[in-house]
Amino acid sequence: MNEPHVIDCEEALRRLVEYLDAELHGESQRQMEQHLERCRSCFSRIEFEKRLKASTAELRHEPVPPELERRIRSLVDTFKC
Amino acid sequence: MTLEDRAPKSAIDSGRSAADREWFERIVVELLSDLYGTALRLTRNRADAEDLVADSVARAWSHLDELADRARLRGWLFCILTNAFLSARRTDTRRGVQQSLDDENNDGFSLFEQLHAPILLWWSSPEKEFLNNLLREDLTRAVDALPEPFRVVVVLADIQGCTYQEIAETLQVPIGTVRSRLARARGQLQKELWTHARDAGLVGRKEMKVTTES
Repeated sequence: MNEPHVIDCEEALRRLVEYLDAELHGESQRQMEQHLERCRSCFSRIEFEKRLKASTAELRHEPVPPELERRIRSLVDTFKC
Repeated sequence: MTLEDRAPKSAIDSGRSAADREWFERIVVELLSDLYGTALRLTRNRADAEDLVADSVARAWSHLDELADRARLRGWLFCILTNAFLSARRTDTRRGVQQSLDDENNDGFSLFEQLHAPILLWWSSPEKEFLNNLLREDLTRAVDALPEPFRVVVVLADIQGCTYQEIAETLQVPIGTVRSRLARARGQLQKELWTHARDAGLVGRKEMKVTTES
């Protein structure tokens, strides 16, 4: 099997956002992973971006005000069966 | 007036069983924290977020027959919530309330590049230290400061975990627009974090590095 085409840091950074969002596939993803195995700088950058993205995802959880839960339960009670 | 007030009783009657309603309520209550969190990031206002969640729940029940696979209720609820928000905002846009992205010149801004110090690589990692000290309120403030089109795409991609295709369909824009808007949004988000950290004295007061990376 042929060695995949090697990409440089400039190309890796161009693909960074799509790699981070799991939007790279096939050969393009393999090239990226191979680069990250060899390049400490890009690996550090990706790890940083992954952690920041994971922290942003945590913003989805928000304590629910009790009055909102009561309001939603009351609303559902109005849904006739 | 919210949808729950507006919705005619007939719209939310549909001959469903009590078990249906019990199932629906259980899922909604389980998801309430995430629905409210997403709504809060979109609206940036607690009262508006609560209205948006209630409207979305009412809308979901009245259109439940359109959900072919009930196992997908979760994603469907978030989709309804986002579309309800966008629909209301499109009305505002027609009224002239519109934010331009033309002035946002943060393309390619990288927080990592601002923090990273290669010469210290082996015994120090300012970027890891930055993330370890990053507070939820810092991140919330930075997301809330984004112009709406940027905030929406960050909510969809990073908070809801949507694919580019799903975002493109939701926003009715090409995938290339999703990709570039997301890159610009993250650049601005990181610039906000950097500016706040610098102003708070959490990172050195050095000049911002200029990058041409796109």
